[in-house]
Order: sequence, then C-alpha cells, then structure tokens
Amino acid sequence: MNLTFTEEEEAFRQEVRAWIQEAMPPAMRARAEGSGGFTPEDSATWHRILYEKGWVAPHWPKEVGGTGWDAARRFIFNEEMESAGAPQLSVFGLSMVGPLIISFGTDAQKKRFLPKILSAEEFWCQGYSEPGAGSDLASLRTTAEDAGDHFVVNGQKTWTSYAQYADWIFCLVRTDPKAKKQAGITFLLIDLKSPGIEVKPMQTLGHTPAFCDTFFDNVKVPKDNVVGGVNQGWTMAKALLGHERTLLAMVGPCRNVLQKIKRIAATKTVNGRPMLEDPVWRAKIARLEMRFRAHLMVSYRALADQQKGKMPGPESSILKLVGTKLVQEMTELGMEIMGESSLTWYNEGVCMPVEESIGPYFCYERAATIYGGSNEIQRNVIAKMILQLPSS
Amino acid sequence: MDFELDQDQQMLAKTVSDFAKNESPVERFRKLRDDDTGYDPAVWQKMGELGWLGVAFPESVGGFGGSFVECALVLENLAATLVPEPYLASVVLGGMTLLQAGSPEQHAAYLAPMIEGETTLALAYSEAQSRYDVSAIETTATPAGGGYELSGKKVWVLNGHNADHLIVSAKAPGGVTLFVMPREAAGVSVTVAKTIDGQKAAFIALDGVKVAEEARLGQEGSGAAVLDRTMDYAAAAAVAEGVGLASTMLQMTVDYLGTREQFGVKIGSFQALQHRAVDMYAETELLRSISMASIVRADEDDEGTRRADISAAKYQIATGGIWVAQQSLQLHGGIGVTDEHDIGLYFKRMYALNALFGDEEHHVARFARVGS
Repeated sequence: MNLTFTEEEEAFRQEVRAWIQEAMPPAMRARAEGSGGFTPEDSATWHRILYEKGWVAPHWPKEVGGTGWDAARRFIFNEEMESAGAPQLSVFGLSMVGPLIISFGTDAQKKRFLPKILSAEEFWCQGYSEPGAGSDLASLRTTAEDAGDHFVVNGQKTWTSYAQYADWIFCLVRTDPKAKKQAGITFLLIDLKSPGIEVKPMQTLGHTPAFCDTFFDNVKVPKDNVVGGVNQGWTMAKALLGHERTLLAMVGPCRNVLQKIKRIAATKTVNGRPMLEDPVWRAKIARLEMRFRAHLMVSYRALADQQKGKMPGPESSILKLVGTKLVQEMTELGMEIMGESSLTWYNEGVCMPVEESIGPYFCYERAATIYGGSNEIQRNVIAKMILQLPSS
Repeated sequence: MDFELDQDQQMLAKTVSDFAKNESPVERFRKLRDDDTGYDPAVWQKMGELGWLGVAFPESVGGFGGSFVECALVLENLAATLVPEPYLASVVLGGMTLLQAGSPEQHAAYLAPMIEGETTLALAYSEAQSRYDVSAIETTATPAGGGYELSGKKVWVLNGHNADHLIVSAKAPGGVTLFVMPREAAGVSVTVAKTIDGQKAAFIALDGVKVAEEARLGQEGSGAAVLDRTMDYAAAAAVAEGVGLASTMLQMTVDYLGTREQFGVKIGSFQALQHRAVDMYAETELLRSISMASIVRADEDDEGTRRADISAAKYQIATGGIWVAQQSLQLHGGIGVTDEHDIGLYFKRMYALNALFGDEEHHVARFARVGS
C-alpha cells in the first residue's frame, strides 16, 4: 500500500497548476475566486481553451483525442481543476455520449461526432426521463417508428438539462412496443435542429437555467443514428450508468464548497473571534471534512483500480450515494455559517461574491440525490447487485 | 497510489484469517471470557512462533521489519472471530511504546521476549481523571537512592492483570516520564475489572514502587510525546480491528436477512431493510477506506499528515462503525439482544473500541486543530 504520488506525478501537478493560472481569462479567474457562479458561456469558453491545449478529454483513448495520461495523472488534473475553481465542462458529450460512442459506435459515428464534441462545436444533452418515466425509466413511452430509411420520433422528454444550449440530444426511445419493457428500447442520437422539436426551459430551485422539457412531433431521425443496435438501448443505458456513478462522486464540488465555507467562516465572528477559530464551528466543519476524507479514500481506491487497468471494485457503487449527500450537507453548513446572509438571492454588492454562490448552489444540488438515478434507486441496485439480498 | 497488499501481506492476512476461523471460532472467546486470564498463553506463544507479534518491529529488536500495515492486518483478521489474545495491549500499546522510547538494552530485555511470545506487556497510562489526555496524570516518580519511587493509581490497564512487564507513566521532576517494571514488583497491586466486551482490564495501584534508573524509558519529560504517538498507533489499530468487526457484522446481518422469513417471505426482500443494509455497507466501506489511509499514515513522522487521517478514521468508528453495530443488532431483531447470539458480542466490542484512544469529540476537536 502506498498513498503518495510519485515525483513525476507531483511535477505534473505543478505543470497543470501553472498552466491553469495562465490559461484562465482574468474575468473567469475573478469569478472562480469570488462567486464561482459560471454561465454556460464560461463553461464553453473554458472547454475551447482546454481543447486548444489538447486537454479537454483526458479520459478518452489517445487515438480519438484523449491525452494518453494514466489514471493518476487524470486524477491530479481533475484535482487541480477543482482546486482552481475552474468552470465545470458540460458532461453530456465528453463524459456520457462520447465514451459510449467510443465503446459501441460505428466508425462513421466516431468520425462524425467525436471531433465536434472535443472542439465544442456541438454540445449535447440527455433525453432519458419522461413525465411518466422517472425512476422506472424502462416504462418510457417516446416512440421511434420504423419508416424505411429513418425513424419517426414522437413523445416528450423531461429534465433534459441544458437542452436550450445543446445541438444534439441522446435519447432512449421505444422501437418495439410489443416487446417486454426493457427489450424494446433503442439508444438514438437526434439533431435538435430537426423539424418538429421544441425545447422549453424550466426554472430550477437554484434559478440556474438547467432543466428543460423537450417535445418531439413527427421528428425524422436517420437510422444511422442508432448506437449499439436497434432494441439494444437498455444495455447502452446500463453501460452509461456505470460511467455516471463515478462521475457523480462529487469529490470536486465537495472540495470546492469546503474551501468556500472556510473562507466565509474566516470573515464572520462569533463570541468575539472569527468563526473559523471558534471550537464549535471548527468542529462542525471538521466533521464534514473528516467524512470527506473517508469518501475521498473510496474514490482513490476506484482510481487505483483504474490505474491498474481493472474495473473499480464494488465499493465504488457507494460513491454517488455518499458524495451527493455530503455535498448537500456542506452547502447546508455554508448556509448556516452565513446566518442572515444566507437570505441573499442573486444580489450584487450586498454580500461578498463568494457568499452569493452558496444559496443558489445549495438549492441546485438538492437535485444531486435525485438525478443520475435517485439515491433510493441506487440503494435498490446495490442491495440486489452487491449485497445480493432476495427480491420480493 | 496503490491500495493493494503485497504478496507477503496477502499471505499474512490469509494465515491470520484461517487461524481465526479454524482455531479460534467465537466459542473459544465465549469460553475464555469467564476465565481469570482471558486468553491462552500457549496460543500467544504460537503467535510469537508464527511471527505475528513482530511484524511491525525492525529486525534490530527481533522483529521482521514490516510496517504498521502488517500489524493492522493481524488485528483486522483476529477481530472477525473476536480472538482474545492481547495483541492490541501487548504489541501495539506496550510494544510501540518500548520501540520508541527504549534503549537497546531495554529492547532486548522487554521487547524481544514479547515478540517471541514468551511474555506480554501492558501500558499503564490512564488515570481516573485523565480521559484522553496522557499528560493529565497524578502518579509521581520521586528520585530516591539513585532510582525512583512511584506512587499513584492507574485505571483500565488492558492486559494489566497478566502482563509480565508494565510500562507506567508518572510525573518526574522533569515532567511526564515512562518506566518499565515487572508486574510483580513490590508495591504494585492489581485489581481485575470486567469490561463491557467480555474482557478484563486492571486497576493498578503503585505504592512507593522502587525502580532503578535503568527502568526509565528515555529522558525525564519525554513520556508525553511518546504516549501521544502510541495513542496514534493505538487509534489506528482500533480502527483496523473495527473494520474486522464491521465487515463481520455486515455479513452476518446480510446472511440473516437472506434466511429469516416473516410474512411468508425472506425479510431481506423488504425495501426498508435493504436500504438499511446498503447504508451499513456504505459506512463499512468508508471505514475500510479511511482505515487504509490511517494504517499507512501511522508510520508517518509528520504529525499533521498522520493525525488528519487517523482522527478521520477514529471518527468514522465513532459514527459509521457504531451505527453499523447498532443496525446489525436492530436487524437481527429479538435474537440479536440475547447473549446466546454472537452479534451482540461484536456490538459490545465496537463500543469498547470507540471508548478507547480518543472518542468522537476528542478526534473532532483534534482534527479541527491540526486537520487541513
């Protein structure tokens, strides 16, 4: 057992750190140090900067535009991005449909889609949930009817986050209405500019323009846009879910919020001294920080497995469960530390910029325990797949 | 970064685990808990012959030059069946203290025979008022006739009723100082107290115990720093043992949920119980993961780095470990609260570990001071 990074890895860390400081535009850096509230445009700008450097998809194979870094370097890179408070990149192309196309797509699909995901020419969103299909995703009803050389898609997708900024959507659609629930589903790539598509943004609790409803009315989709074969969509969805679980470990957001609440606690006083020096408040922060350390070690174990070219062990299944709860507890403590200032809602010049980011983020991440398979669904899956408890 | 055990470590873990399963099932613990000694000296000697008592010590003192990780592996695997031999008390508390503070002569006299399984050790550091502060002691060491005279009262000395040699902390003119002496020295009186987990500990009164200068470990006043470091080892050891307890309790509970029937079905098919079991699994894996960090860091000299992970790990015992223990009892229902069923024995041991070497508040406060 060995928990340290090598000298070369530490040197790599310094290189990444220095580059981030140099590459981040001043206005973006100011926001990173202040509110950390980035717009989708910030995210796109940062995406392009990383693309120019060749660092936008470290987790992709080198042949299709990855960096060729090993797991430790990828991990260090992520840590440095998080510590610098850099904008998060849209995950739908880079971390979801991209890797799926790499694993299961045709050569034509790889050639058509991957370069534009990398270059930020095309952004993606996810079309899974429907008004009647949330946790019970396999009951989805959006249909894709075979019309010779193309499909005709009808239905409604919901929680299609950032669809208003996206160019493409990857959808689960029903291609065989007679087959058993999971069996008749297909993974389909749909151009959002196709006639018959309407995207309606929806306000979230955090007033971040995240959610959308997306409607499909007789939308023509070429058959070439199927990934993994007709009626193989459920297998595709499961493969993608595996990516999502480690994606949603929330290590970065936790680290980021922890930094922020310490900064805020240093500026408030209680019993005549900074909150950060008050034993009671120090203890509250320490409890979450200690739990974060344990959580971090679980994610390190997954990393070390990947480093050796192995699948992460079963313990990685708890990452989403633990990480999403933890980030919620951290934002909640942030609100508590702010006291009356936690009332602030998108003001300028009223509170410190770093304080402005907490409330919206607190509200936004109430979704963390719901999206990506609600934590209750995660528990069902772990009970069955890992603990092998009997089914009812 | 690598969390895998090397081949020797894997072999050690397997040997200890096989021993626990085959030669020391929980029935053995049950038999010995009513015994005055509480363990079997012949088994202790065998552990010495197998090399288990020396895994963490350098070859210069008769050990095998491993790291604290090996020590933790032994503890984790012995915990699976509650093996009662005084590994934690003798190897970790006594041994690590001697290793740090002893001279080569003292190592040869006290540490080497323990590593061979010939003797056991005990560390008498705690007093009625001191809780987790190793410096808050009233036992005195008064210089007398070229040596010292020790007087005071020590409490909850693990293995203190059996140990061949005691290591005792006392206030000398130069500050907190450690001394090593035979348990049978004149003026030492031992009272045995039963503990919640079916084991025993000693209350030790020192009444003008005369020791030579050679009994002193290191310089006068060096004792507190040594004990602080020993407490870090001990906390990491308790966590490792806790990993063994928690994973055993989780497995027992999952097995029970898969066999016990009510309402005509296995109770493990109920979602409320499944979700509880998954949360137990999550807490156990968090514990295992942070324990890995703490046992690696136990050998780290930088205090901040070492303590951040050890405190985080001991905190996870206090929160997650205790919670797993509580839920395993709850999910076993009525049978879980009988003495006849083993689950309660693990439950009580978890509480004992929680109370030793710093509790939740102690480690929260310490982390808040040193962490990050």
